[in-house]
Amino acid sequence: MVIYGVGLLAACMLVGVILGDLLGQLIGVQANVGGVGIAMLLLIWATNASRLKLLLVPPTATGITFWSAMYIPIVVAMAAKQNVLAAVSSGWLALIAGVAAVAVSFAMIPLLSRLGRRTHDQS
Amino acid sequence: MSTVVALLEKNALITAFVIVALLLAGSNWLAARLFRGQIHGSAIAITLGLLLAYWGGVSSGGSNGLADVSFFSGLGILGGAMFRDFAIVATAFGADLDALKRAGWVAAMSVVLGVVLSFAVGAVVAVAFGFSDAVSISTIGAGAATYIVGPVTGTALGADSAVIALSVAAGLVKAILVMVATPLVASRIGLDNPQAALIYGGLMGTTSGVAAGLAATDPKLVPYGAMTATFYTGVGCLLAPSLLYLLVLFLQRLF
Repeated sequence: MVIYGVGLLAACMLVGVILGDLLGQLIGVQANVGGVGIAMLLLIWATNASRLKLLLVPPTATGITFWSAMYIPIVVAMAAKQNVLAAVSSGWLALIAGVAAVAVSFAMIPLLSRLGRRTHDQS
Repeated sequence: MSTVVALLEKNALITAFVIVALLLAGSNWLAARLFRGQIHGSAIAITLGLLLAYWGGVSSGGSNGLADVSFFSGLGILGGAMFRDFAIVATAFGADLDALKRAGWVAAMSVVLGVVLSFAVGAVVAVAFGFSDAVSISTIGAGAATYIVGPVTGTALGADSAVIALSVAAGLVKAILVMVATPLVASRIGLDNPQAALIYGGLMGTTSGVAAGLAATDPKLVPYGAMTATFYTGVGCLLAPSLLYLLVLFLQRLF
């Protein structure tokens, strides 16, 4: 049934968010540490576990793939609710700090990619 | 007419489905006809969404872009953190576990490096603009990480509310720029495989920026970038008000 897939997805997200929050409290941070990332790992584990494979007959999987396909529309809605006005009208300091942070981070991607590839070749 | 509008507002989330569907349909049409497939339809839709958000902010005076215009309030639900995170988790279905394992430590390193780099850049800009107290410098530096790390750090250190507002603005600029610029620079920075996406997510860190940036570049890369990005804000909230703040204090005493 489709709802099994949706339920599994929802359960993974809730467990992940709870664990992320606990992790945040554990290290004394006022933020959720990797809750969504933990939820993703849980979902990957659950959908690969042989005992749960029986659950993932086609209609059940549809309950997950539907939400995966809704990702782009949700992101478009998210873009439409950003506080663009505040970002654009807050003056040069915020603009320069934001733009410079993005530029430096973009520039680091090829460097780290190469580093990752090299260590992988050695091992 | 007014009853129709009232009904649409009452069914806000359903209205949002129609609006986003129309927006994506129009964007895909533009992508095929005007840009001949050179720009993703979703990249156009995200840019249009941001432009509409600017208009929404101007016309409503609120802080939620188009979602503050009551007719469009459903966009706030559909585009809110709950549905966004739910859809991000769903993209992990079918992700390549080996790619995650292989990237392991480089991905983890990219998160820490991303926080430190953005913080440093933000702090330098703050100094260049004449800020001289360590609390303000650190708060603006933290804001250049994400718009959540900024206020969390500012509150923890007792920063001025105007400085906290600046840090949020810096984080917003970063998120929006990541959304728009990622598809444009993707091929130049080699963002076309799972490992690069893991590193990209860790370096950028803004969940919304990464989510939209990858959606407009290659949706298959979304789970990898989103995975590392979700750890960024937590690491930022851990490092910025503690270690990085102490570093700013130390450097200040040095000069």
